[in-house]
Formats: sequence, C-alpha cells, structure tokens
Amino acid sequence: MENVKMIIDGVEITARKNMTVLEAALENGIYIPNLCYHPDLKPVGICRLCMVEINGKRLDVACKTPVEQGMQIRTENPEISKIRKIAAELLIINHPASCLSCSENMKCELQKIANYVGVDQAHIDRLKKGVKELPVDDSNPFFVYDPNRCILCGICIRTCDDVVGVGNFEFAYRGYDEMVSTFGSRPLLESRCVSCGECVVRCPVSALKPKSPVVPSREVKTICPYCGVGCGIILGVRGDKIVSSEGDRDNPVNRGRLCVKGRFGHEFVNHPDRLVTPLIKKSGQFIEASWEEALNLIAEKFSHYSGEQFAALSSAKCTNEDNYVLQKFTRAVMHTNTIDHCARLCHAPSVAGLAQSFGSGAMTNSIGEIAEAKCIFAIGTNTTSAHPVLAYEVKEAVRRGAKLIVANPKRIDLCEYADIFLQQRPGTDVALLMGMMRVIIDERLHDIDFISKRCDNFEEFSQSLKEFDLDTVEKVTRVKKEIIVEAAITYATHKPGMLLYAMGITQHTHGTDNVLATSNIALLTGNVGKPSTGVNPLRGQNNVQGACDMGALPNVYPGYQRVNIPQINQKFEKAWECTLSMEVGLTHTEIFDAILDGKVKVLYQMGENPALSEANAGHALKAIDKLEFFVAQDIFLTETAQHANVVLPAASFAEKDGTFTNTERRVQRVRKVIKPVGQAKPDWQIVCEIARRMKKPGFDFKHPSQIMEEISSLTPSYGGMTYDRLEVKGLQWPCPSVTHEGTPILHSEFFATITGKGKFMPLNYRPSFELPDDEYPLLLTTDRSLYHFHTATMTRKGGLQVLRNRELVEINPDDARVLHLRDGEMVKVISRRGAVKSHIKVSDVAPKGVISMTFHFAESPTNMITSDAIDPVAKIPETKVCAVRIEKV
Amino acid sequence: MIRSEQDFKNLYLQATQEWSKVESSMDPVMTVGTATCGRSAGSLEVLEALQNSFKTCSINGSIIEVGCIGLCYNEPLVTIIKNSRPAVFYGKINPKRAKELVEQHVLGDHPIPEYALGSLGEEKIKGIPRFFDTSTLKPQVRKILKKCGIIDPTNLLHYVAHDGYNGLMRAMKLHPTQIIEELKSAGLRGRGGAGFPTGMKWEFAVGQKAERKYIVCNADEGDPGAFMNRSVLESDPHAVLEGMLIAGYTIGAEEGYIYCRAEYPLALERLRIALRQAEDMGFIGDGILGTDLNFHIKIKEGAGAFVCGEETALIASIEGRRGMPTTRPPYPAISGLWGMPTIINNVETLASVSLLFQNSPEWFAQHGTERSKGTKTFSLAGKVRNTGLIEVPLGITLRQIIFDIGGGIPNDREFKAVQTGGPSGGCIPKDLLDTPVDYDSLKAAGSIMGSGGLVVMDEDTCMVDVARYFLDFTRKESCGECVPCRLGTKQMLDILNDITGGNGTTEDIDLLAELAEGVKLGSLCGLGQTAPNPVLTTIRYFRDEYEAHVKEKRCPARVCKALIYYRIIPEKCIGCQSCFKICPVNAINGEPKKVHVIDVETCIRCGLCYSSCPVKGNAIEIIPGLPEKVEV
Repeated sequence: MENVKMIIDGVEITARKNMTVLEAALENGIYIPNLCYHPDLKPVGICRLCMVEINGKRLDVACKTPVEQGMQIRTENPEISKIRKIAAELLIINHPASCLSCSENMKCELQKIANYVGVDQAHIDRLKKGVKELPVDDSNPFFVYDPNRCILCGICIRTCDDVVGVGNFEFAYRGYDEMVSTFGSRPLLESRCVSCGECVVRCPVSALKPKSPVVPSREVKTICPYCGVGCGIILGVRGDKIVSSEGDRDNPVNRGRLCVKGRFGHEFVNHPDRLVTPLIKKSGQFIEASWEEALNLIAEKFSHYSGEQFAALSSAKCTNEDNYVLQKFTRAVMHTNTIDHCARLCHAPSVAGLAQSFGSGAMTNSIGEIAEAKCIFAIGTNTTSAHPVLAYEVKEAVRRGAKLIVANPKRIDLCEYADIFLQQRPGTDVALLMGMMRVIIDERLHDIDFISKRCDNFEEFSQSLKEFDLDTVEKVTRVKKEIIVEAAITYATHKPGMLLYAMGITQHTHGTDNVLATSNIALLTGNVGKPSTGVNPLRGQNNVQGACDMGALPNVYPGYQRVNIPQINQKFEKAWECTLSMEVGLTHTEIFDAILDGKVKVLYQMGENPALSEANAGHALKAIDKLEFFVAQDIFLTETAQHANVVLPAASFAEKDGTFTNTERRVQRVRKVIKPVGQAKPDWQIVCEIARRMKKPGFDFKHPSQIMEEISSLTPSYGGMTYDRLEVKGLQWPCPSVTHEGTPILHSEFFATITGKGKFMPLNYRPSFELPDDEYPLLLTTDRSLYHFHTATMTRKGGLQVLRNRELVEINPDDARVLHLRDGEMVKVISRRGAVKSHIKVSDVAPKGVISMTFHFAESPTNMITSDAIDPVAKIPETKVCAVRIEKV
Repeated sequence: MIRSEQDFKNLYLQATQEWSKVESSMDPVMTVGTATCGRSAGSLEVLEALQNSFKTCSINGSIIEVGCIGLCYNEPLVTIIKNSRPAVFYGKINPKRAKELVEQHVLGDHPIPEYALGSLGEEKIKGIPRFFDTSTLKPQVRKILKKCGIIDPTNLLHYVAHDGYNGLMRAMKLHPTQIIEELKSAGLRGRGGAGFPTGMKWEFAVGQKAERKYIVCNADEGDPGAFMNRSVLESDPHAVLEGMLIAGYTIGAEEGYIYCRAEYPLALERLRIALRQAEDMGFIGDGILGTDLNFHIKIKEGAGAFVCGEETALIASIEGRRGMPTTRPPYPAISGLWGMPTIINNVETLASVSLLFQNSPEWFAQHGTERSKGTKTFSLAGKVRNTGLIEVPLGITLRQIIFDIGGGIPNDREFKAVQTGGPSGGCIPKDLLDTPVDYDSLKAAGSIMGSGGLVVMDEDTCMVDVARYFLDFTRKESCGECVPCRLGTKQMLDILNDITGGNGTTEDIDLLAELAEGVKLGSLCGLGQTAPNPVLTTIRYFRDEYEAHVKEKRCPARVCKALIYYRIIPEKCIGCQSCFKICPVNAINGEPKKVHVIDVETCIRCGLCYSSCPVKGNAIEIIPGLPEKVEV
C-alpha cells in the first residue's frame, strides 16, 4: 500500500493511499468533528460537520474526500465555522436536553460536537425548539429505540445493511419528518430485526440503547460460549454479576461483531437456577451435600468399577483443559477408552470422512478468508441461524461480487443472498454433489493439473460417477437439471471457491459419504489448500473442535493419535505413568445400547444433555435409568441431570480460565471473569479432586496453564501452544513448536494422508434409513433457531425467551391444507418411536412433504421421535431424516 | 423500417407529403391545442364540438390535435388552415364559438377577427394581425417551440417533415470528438438549471471506459409553475428521443431512461406513443439505421418528490432506492447509474441537441450572449397580462420579457419584483429590470436561471410572504438526509411564519439571514444549497418590508392576514348589507341604510366583504398594520 504525504492545518501527515481525509486526520490525532462517520461503514457525508477546505479552493466533506499527494487541508475557516455552528445548533435544539439522565452521558457524540463547536446558550434560545413526541419502541427485550433522540445519522441503517445484512431499517418520510423506521413502521419485535445489537453499539447518541444499561466496574476479555465461530467478547462486571457483553474489536475472528446470543445471552451465568452445591439423590430426592461428601462418595463408587463398566460423556461446551483432564481420567484412572461427546451427534462424519480424503478432519481454511472467496457453496448449513457472525462474512463476500450457491431442503434466510438455490430433498446430498461433479467433468471444467499433481484415486472415483446422470439426479434430489448444471458450472468456474457445510451434510446414515462427496468436489475443482477455498465444516459448539482435539473420543488420544497403535499407547503410558487399554471404546450411541445390555454400569457425564439431544431420546433415557451409578456435572439441573445419583455444580465459561478451539482450529484464551457462583468449581478441578481421592497420580494441576503445558507436550498439533503465546490472538493448529505462528490454511503443500495426496472417494447413493410411507407420510427434518442454542439450557434463562419461547413445526401450506391445519394450531407429531406435541407455523420455507422442528424446547422434545439409525463409519444418528405423521390435538 | 440513408430519404419524402396534407390540403384542416394547458381550459369540449360540427355539416376535412403553442392565457386555441387563405389562429374558443368558426370561416370563408390572434403567411387578412408580428411573439425566437402547437405530436411523419431525425443522421456520420467540438462551439449549456456546458459534460463520459454507459433524460420538472418541459414532451416528444439517440451514439451508451414525473400523464402518454413509433421505424432498437448502433429507451415514472429532480437522487430513484442525493464527486458522467458513466440532461437540453444537429453550431450560436448562447424557453406567470410559454434569445432583458412580451402588469398595478428560477431562485427588484437574462447576470443579481420559471410580482405581493411560500415548498420537499437542509429549512420557515404571523422580532431578520447562509453553504445537494435564495434575495432587496413586519407589525402589501385589518370607509358606505350578509363570522354590524362597521377582533380577514362591495372604488379598505380599537 503506497503512502501519501499531505498537510492538514500545517502539519505534515503520512496517509495510506486508499484513505479519506477524515481517516487520515483521525489516525494522526487531528480531530475533525463528525457524526455520521463510522470506521466500519462506508461514509455518506450527510451530517456536513466534517467540512474542510481543500487546496484553498473548495469546501467538501472530509469523510468522502480521498487523500492525494501534496493535498493541503484546512479544517477551519470562516465558512466552515458558519456551517458547523448552524448544524450543531440545529441538532441541539431538536434533541431532548436531558443529558444527565441519559445513558449516553459522557459517551455521546452529540455532546462531543457541542463541546468542540462551542454552543452559545443565548443564541440557541433564539431558535425555535423542535423536540418531537414520537412513540418509543421498547418491544425488544434487550434494547429500546427512541426516535426522539435520533439525529438521523443513518449509522444504524448502514450497519444493518452492510455489517449484518438484514436491512431492517431505512429512512422513512421526508424532510423534517424523516425518521428511521422498520418496514411498515412495525415495532422491532415484529420486524426483521435479529436482535444482534450491532446498531445499538454504533448509535452515537441514545436513540438505540440497551434496556436498563449498567456501566460495568471492570471488563474482561474472553470467548463467547455459544457456537463454533468463537467470537471475542468483553464481559462487563459490577460486583459479582455480569452486566454487559460487548464484542472485542481486536479479536481477528469477529472483529467486534456479535449475534444476539453473544451480546445478550449471558443472563444464564448469574441466573438463580444455577447449581451452587453438590446434590446427592437420597430416596428419590436431591439433597444438598458438601463437596467432601459428594466427592468421597463418587471416588468410592468409581473404585468399584473399571474398564468396560465405565463410560464418560465429555462436554463440547467445556474448555480444552476440562476435556483433556476428563479423558485422562477415563483412560488412566478408569482404564477404558469409552469416552465420547456430542460431536458424535454432529460432526463425527467430518472427522471420519475428511480423515480419509484429506488425512485431517477439520475446517481447512479460515473464517477471515470467506469475504475474499469468489464463490461460496453453502450446503446443509442454516448459517444465519447457527453461525450468525460467520454469515456476516458470507454476505460481505456476496457484496464484493462472490457467487453464493445455497443447497438446503428449506428456503433458509441465507437464500435472500443466494445466486443459485438448490432445494434438494433431505438425504439426497450424495446424488446432488456427484451429479454436479459429473457435469463438471462432462464440461471439462475440472482442474486437471491439481488432480494429477495432488490427488489419488481419481479413476476409481470417476467410474462411480456413472450412475449420476442428470435425469437420475433430478429424480432423486427433486432439483431441476438446469439448476444443477448452473450450480456446478458456477462453482467450478468462480475461483477461489469455498464450500461450507454443517448438519445437513453430517446427520445422516450416509453422513460420512456426504462429507466425502464435499471433499471430492473440492478436489475436483482444485479448491483445496489455497486461500478462500476448502472444505469447511462449521462446528456447532464453542469447543466441539477442542473436545475432539483433546481426544474426548473413544478411538483417539489428544491430537487424533489412535489408541490401538502400540507406539502411541506406549507414549501415553510413559507420560501418564500408568497402563492404558488399546481397545477402542464405545461411541455415544453405542454407550446407551451397552447400558441397556448391562455392560456399562457407571456413567460420568460432564456438560451434556442427552435427554434432549440424543436421537431417539426415549431410548437414551431408558438406558440412563438403568445405570447403577450416574454422576452429572453441569451448570444447571438439566433434564438429564435430574436422573443422576450425584449432581456436581460446575463453573460456567465465565468463571474459569482455559481455552476453546473454534471451528477454524483457533485456540483462544477463555478468562475467569467472576468467581464461580456458590460452591461451583471448574470441571477440570472436580475431575482432579476425584482422581486424587482415588489416589491416582498425574492430577495435581494447580492452574489450567499447566494442563495446557501437558497437552502441548503430548499433542503435536498443539506443540507450540502456551498461555503466553495464546494471549492476544490465539493460534490456529497445527502449531507444532513455540516458534511456529499457527496454520490458517491446511493442505497447502501436502495433505495429511499417508501419500501426502488428497484422495478421491468413489461413492454411491444410499437412501436414508426411514423414509415416509403410507403410515408416516411426512419427512421430519431438524433445524435451529437463531435465539436458542441446542437444548436451550443457557438460552431459556432471560430475554431470549421473549424472542422465541416455543417449538413451532414448520409445515408447507399445501401440506397444512390437506390436513386441515391452521397456522398456530397445536398438533401431535408421531413417529415409530414416540409422539411430541407442538404448535405449527404454516410457511413456504418448508418444502412440500417435509416438516421441520428444532430441539430447543423441553416441552416438545423433538428427539423423542427422531431416528437413531446410524452411519456405519462415524456412528452418527440420522437426526435429519425420519418418517412422521401429524394428528390434530 | 429505416435501415439506410436511402430509406431515410424516402421517409422524408413521405413525410413532406403527409405534412402537405395539413399545410396545403384542398380540404379544410383545423388544429386544436389539446396539451394539458388547453385541456384545463376546455379544449377537449371544443374538439368534440368541432367534430360534431364537421359531421353535421358534412365537411370533408380533418381536425388534428396539436400541442401547446405557449399562449396559455388564450387557450383553448384553434387554427383553421384552408388552402386558399392564410392559416388563422383563434384564441379563447369555447364550443359555441367553435360552432361559429365552422359556420363562418370553414364553410363561409369569413374569418372572425374578434376571436383571431393572428394569421400565418404573407397575405394579410383585414382586422387580423400577422401572428408572429404580435407584440407577444415578435421578440421571441422560437426554435425549441417551433413545432409545438403546430404539428401533431403523435404523428412521426410530421416530425420528420420538419427535419426530424435528420440531426441523428448527420451526427452518426461524425466522430464523437467532432460532436463534442460542435457542442462546445455552439456553447450549449444545460437547460435544467445548473447551466453546465453540455459539450464538456459529454466529453467526460466519452473518456470513461466502462462495461455500460447510460443516457438519462431528466423530465422531472419539479419547480412549481414551470411547465416548459411538459409542453415539449406533450407537443414534440420526438425531439427528446432524437437528442438521447445522439447522446447515446456519442458516449457509447446503449440504454437510456426518461425519468418523467408521474404528475404529467399526458406527457407520459405522448412519450410512450413516440417511443413506440420510433422503435417501429427503427430509430430506436438494435442496428439503428443499418449500423451497429443499439439504443433502447425505458420510461421511468417519478413518484412525487421534488428532490428526485436532483441528478443523484434521480439515479437512486431509477435504481429502486430511496430518492436521496449522494455527495459529488464522483459526478454521474464518471460514475452514475449503477456506478456506470451516465449523462443526465434536461428535456430542453436534449431537444436543443436535436435542433443543433439538424442545423449547425453556428445556427445555434447566432442568438444569445458570449457566455450564454442560444435561446431558452421560459414560463411567464404571476402578475403579468400574457402568461404562458415563451422562447427568447438569452441576453434579452427582464424588462423586455415582462413588458414587451408579457404585456406588462394588469389592473394598473406597479411592478415590484420577478422571481426567476423557481424555489431555488431569487427575487429581482425594479431597479434591476434591465438585467439581461443569462446564466451569469442572474447569478450576479443573487438569483439563478433555473429551469426557466419567471413569476412576476406587483405591489400587492408581500415579499416576506413570497419567501415564506417558497420555503414552505422546499421544507416539504427536503429529503431530510443532511442536517442543514432538514433542520434549517424548517427553522427558517418557523421564523418566517412568526414574522408573517405578527410574532417576529428585529433579531429574527438577522437570524434568518444567518441560518440561510449556513444552510446554503452546508447542504449536501442543490435543493438545500438554493432553498435559502428567496430568503436571501428578499432580505437583500426588500429589507424594508421585513422591518415593517417586525417593527411596525405591518404588512405593506396588505397580504399577511395577521398584519392587516379591514375597515369600512364611513363616507362611502351605502348601507346595502352586501358585506354584512356575506361575512362568514358575523363580524359586520350592518343595519340597512346605516353605515356598516367591521369588528376587527372577530374579523378573520377572508376578504369576502371586500369583493362583495358594490360601491365604485370600494367602500372597504385594507389597512396594513394592527387595528386600532374601533367603537362598534
């Protein structure tokens, strides 16, 4: 970037070539008054305050004037003073004069302007006052819109248009009557608003402000506990309560932006329902107990069991340190490899699939590269609901000219930005993708150079394309041929192309095949190993990537080192000073079967809620009730924890130090903001105390940083991770040594396979296990709400409930009509495994014959009816497809 | 379909034959002006009456609807053209007079001088002046308006017969740089108000490399009382299309938009007809005149916003966004519609371009001044005898326009001021009547040329009220985007309302001027930058009126209701009770044959009593100032 030398008010300034005069001035410590400028947004020059004199000749707004070599700027002259004075005075007399009771007092940009320009009260008194009395909109649970304080800078409009991409606001009416409005002047709660609060944090005055704002007495940087994007947040504390959450502008992942959960979803931390003491079940009732009593009981009970009698369920919400310690405990103390966590239910196929084709099962590229892609193929991901801040990047890419292809059975919100929408029937992704690949090869658009130099097995794979002619694919997927062709050609010709996927690909009996289909198409087009390309599984939980990396899996140690390989077994036996089993353990789904078979008798569950999250949850509950001893460690008494013998209160993410690994493999520091509530303790500490009571060595950690030291000594991909090095921006693994800077892009020179080349996998289409039939004529698939997270343990604790608080079966109008159903009616959804009651929402977002439910609402526990047929390789249940029927209630 | 020069030559022959059916037909031809002004005066009823008359009298002739000739004060206008005699223009015709015309002139061969405005041609008819020798028309140089009110705007051949599309033919033989040269040497400046040299504007766009370019015709004509563009669109729409084609050819644009305000339904209708005809004939479309020039035109209707006449707001409107201006640079010629180089020209500019290339730059530049070449249309309105549309060489003085062409102030009133340039313009007082009407002289006087509105004011016009009236308009039309205009126009209006309402103070005048300066300097677009002009010029030239309003609480022109009162002159009152009966608020104490008295407290200054008084010279007087207490 070239530099430019210019002069502002006689001071020589060096500016970057693409800057505006205002940016150059501000960066060099010269203040030019401004109201409608914001560094995140394109300048509009409408407040007219930043007027400057250019080269002694003309006046213009500094925010829209590009710098030029040798430019001479004066920020003051008699005309400019006139303009600023009049503009400032007019703004002031049209604004309520109640600064002291206003939440923006001392932070208000209008105050700053008034102060800078200098306001003559006598002069102001001569002007006619014009404060309006417009209705204040406080429909939203988190913030208030007061149009009487609005100065019409348009920052909220531009934020919602260009940062978030929802476009909820626009100027309405004209002239003096102009105001910022939603479509049809609807209250915010009834508008398109997604409550992200990005407009609120940017509003220069208090027209948009948080409800009951509390100024924190101190602030701590940490990482959001919700989804796999891993946004940097700054939690504000007053006393021992968390009172605010802001985005961390220094965090490279989100750069300060958040979604509604990250910004407003922290009410659960200080909620009165938090577990604060250990609980022991005596005669069917939970009695409060001391840590001493509880831990002694557990240690004593655990020592009666070992090997295949014990199972642990780890937590994708807990830190890497928590997970590492639990898997060490399971293996070193309980002598079994049966530890698993909810990744089994979501991205197990990613791990299993990409391990075969790329040698490594993680997102190949980084979130920061999305905006630079020329084509984004989003298949099986409802990105705006499940990874909102990542969706901001996708929209930015589209704004910059990228092509967006969305493949999803439902017309999700992201389709608004899509150039091509493939609405495939649930469970037909192999056919769709292989069909696209057939088109790419037939059109000779595949990357022959890349294939020959960097891939194996192309021949066998292309043979398997024979069965995927367009007619067949159209029949299977129900997507028109022309659109399939268009999508294929677009993805193959707009490079670099980035493929994003989530549950729509993985949660199937052929989920591993689906993942392999995505790696096939990326290899076919040479879209791997380069910036803004790749196969990018979007991990759901805040630390599901970390939980996998830490080996909370039955077949691997930390770093995906296989338990059944002698050298690995020896390495860990030596490090942990104990004997370790080489037998691969049971997966999540298999554990419940084993419990029912009487093989597993003890379960130690950390931060998980299978009663609501397990497919065919009724089966899991039956198993849980058969356990001889069940310990649940969590922050709330969840639906599953209620079945436990002992419940242990754990510290939330805000109450301990540690690290999370986000979906782009970035390990980031999680920091203790407040001390644990009540008697809660960090999970790793609880596990260590149990281990010590069982007289086992290797659990003397005093601080999570020590755990990380041990992790990095045993895990090559984390080899260079220390708390010091992770302090500012985190590090993306592989980071093998303390001098390594981390790896944003995987497979750039070699794949992690044995041959170092990417492997094409031949595939054939296998239909989903339980498809609709006469008795159960509708297909049930599952989805997410933006406002809740998974089993909603954390989100149904505050204002988020105002935004959404019940299950709604989304059903196509044609299907509703046939069943004589009206919007909002209560129905029973029945499968072979059970029945669930819920209200319905008639919407053409759902295609004909397919209904959709979330699994957030315990009163309508969707997973009681979902199918637990599993993928043979990854063992993931087919949550996305089962057959149901609907009955009126 | 015209696909070659030869085709065009054949068309021209066909056109001249078609036109001769009007000019020199053996059968009688009548034209009726059915543009909007004519229609509002009743010309459609006249048309029907004529058609009935022709039928009843079994006359083998034709009645053609034509556009607006500009003599609005004389509408409905009708001409009678008979091969044997000179064509005669008749004005103020109603169905009854129309019948008379048919009987006497058409059948009887006796023109009616009483209704006649003038005749065309060498031969003179007794009692009827030559049309173009009349005082209204003689000083005018009609180029843009030449065909308006003469040809049938829905007949393409009429247009072609008058050199129509010949300009395009000539231009397509020139290189774009030559076209730019001709525009520059002709000195054509934008007729929409800014007066930017058209050649220079097109040159910027020619130089741009882009995947697409656009031509936009600004037919929004938002100034209240301005209807120059409307008349051209209704009366000679092909002139605009031809200009756009020439522009498209020059800069390399293949698409054009006409942004026409929705309040002009007849103009839109005529444009659509003309567009279809031009497409059918092959002047618009692909492969124009057999070359590889393509040009397509779309018509986009406005939606009721004055601000959308501003070019960047107009662009936003076409793009489907809210019509708000954006800062310039970049100028549309560099980055306009959808970020592409765009030439936006006013209707009259484009019509001028057509004429220029139908003739020559020298022909264009023969009239006008050194820096303001050519002729321009103006709409003359207000306190002047001959209201209507005129076209004069630039450089003519205000005095000549108002008193020679306009016929002076009616009712023996005194001239006070003339507002030029609509709500963006300023008021020019009596001692500047000899100011030449050109871009620079008007600017020096504190006003602007604008799109050509000229509103004449007499001693009965309150200049403070004029400022208030225009500011009321601009405040309503402000888009609201920028602080100075959004808040400043309202503030200025509030102050003016106070002043005209009797609540003004002496500080208010200076405050007003101060605000006006700030709004003028700080506003983002032309609307805000010029909205203070009426205020600034009236304060500059008529400060005494402002002072009378605030210091003496008196409206010298007797307009501002709060600062006048009505009084019955006892010596003149005949006690007829006319005023007593008509007063809507019973403010008059009026017994028969007794002197009537107005109760000034109750009186609402509606003026009904004043208009009802039958006494010669009026027994009621309007007195500026606050009323003294009068015994009832």
